[in-house]
Amino acid sequence: MKASAIKDLGYEVQCEAADSEITGAYTGDLLSDVMGNAPSDSVLITIQAHKNTVAVATLAGIKALIICNDRNVPDDMAEAAKAEDLWIFTTADSQFDASVKIGHLLGL
Amino acid sequence: MQETSIPINSVSSPSVILELTFRLKIRDVMTRNPVCAGPEDSLRQIQHLMKENAITGVPIVQNKHLLGIISMDDIVSALDYGYINDTAEQRMTTNLIVLEEDMPVSFAISYFERFRFHRFPVLNADKALVGIVTNRDITTHLLFEVNKEIEQLERAAGRAATASAVPNQVQSFTVKKHDMAKAGYASTQVKLLLKKAGVSPQTIRKAAVAAYELEMNIVVHSDGGELICDFSPDKLVITSRDSGPGIADVNLAMQKGWSTADEWTRSLGFGAGMGLPNVKNVSDDFSISSSPEGTIVISTILLEGQGGQG
Repeated sequence: MKASAIKDLGYEVQCEAADSEITGAYTGDLLSDVMGNAPSDSVLITIQAHKNTVAVATLAGIKALIICNDRNVPDDMAEAAKAEDLWIFTTADSQFDASVKIGHLLGL
Repeated sequence: MQETSIPINSVSSPSVILELTFRLKIRDVMTRNPVCAGPEDSLRQIQHLMKENAITGVPIVQNKHLLGIISMDDIVSALDYGYINDTAEQRMTTNLIVLEEDMPVSFAISYFERFRFHRFPVLNADKALVGIVTNRDITTHLLFEVNKEIEQLERAAGRAATASAVPNQVQSFTVKKHDMAKAGYASTQVKLLLKKAGVSPQTIRKAAVAAYELEMNIVVHSDGGELICDFSPDKLVITSRDSGPGIADVNLAMQKGWSTADEWTRSLGFGAGMGLPNVKNVSDDFSISSSPEGTIVISTILLEGQGGQG
């Protein structure tokens, strides 16, 4: 699916980036675990709304972040994401609900 | 009608194709939710179903349980011998050969070679019908995957032709204690340099993981230190050196999940005890030594064959 398809879930776009192809997803709040295990070209579903998440995502080849539970995206995080060409979406959904929806989008 | 077989056999095909036929599962290539009919439906109804959906075989199911199959040949015979108004149950083929969705595609290919059927119903682990697979499904998906592989090869070839090898150079980064905002700077620089030199994404990721975790360890656990990245065409050696307080038990620190990180670090999603194991995991060579004066970790990532010829 295209990264922009995540908009269709009604998730709010906090940072828009290149509309690259997303082929997988990973859910986690332990960034070291994300770093070690998340697939490339994926979307990360997490509640870690801070700048370091952007660094981890970029290094792991993640293309989009979904920040769950209505957590606020700080300005420095949004700026970092913009510089790294990374999508950020926010939602009131929990990580589980977001994972299920993304699973559907990916046809899993 | 003569069926052309899939031009792939198990010995003389290129290894990339063979690998694909093993990697892809039948569920990846099958048509999901195929058009089905019930046992009470007449052959006439099924003939219409085939026409409307441009298909040549219809599974007969009851409560997702596969009972049989009616093919175009069955319909032709029915018209020929005048029993087109019979029910599916009376005329369907019940001696079926089925595939399971988690079998590799290579299985389906060998079945098509062996049995000369045009399609196989696909069942899940609960024996419910979940799809149908035809020769066409397999060739389409294989072509799609082969396209992807070729694109990658072309990109790699393009890189080899235009990219320069990783230059011999040493970069040092000072990493300060608790400077979370700067964490990731060194690893990003490493990533950029390797990317510019045309190193493969997989190798870049390994290097980025090692650099980032080591950088993070200095930020979170030490009194400050530095990351020294020694680049050469065939390898990258990352040395992380800090000025204490050292790791009390290195063996424990190498275990997944063991951590001394504080609450603040953990609340940011770090300090889960994955750092050093992650570094070791991506390294081609790894060493660690620690004393109260400081910790030195050396991680080597091989860059061989990564577009270094250009």
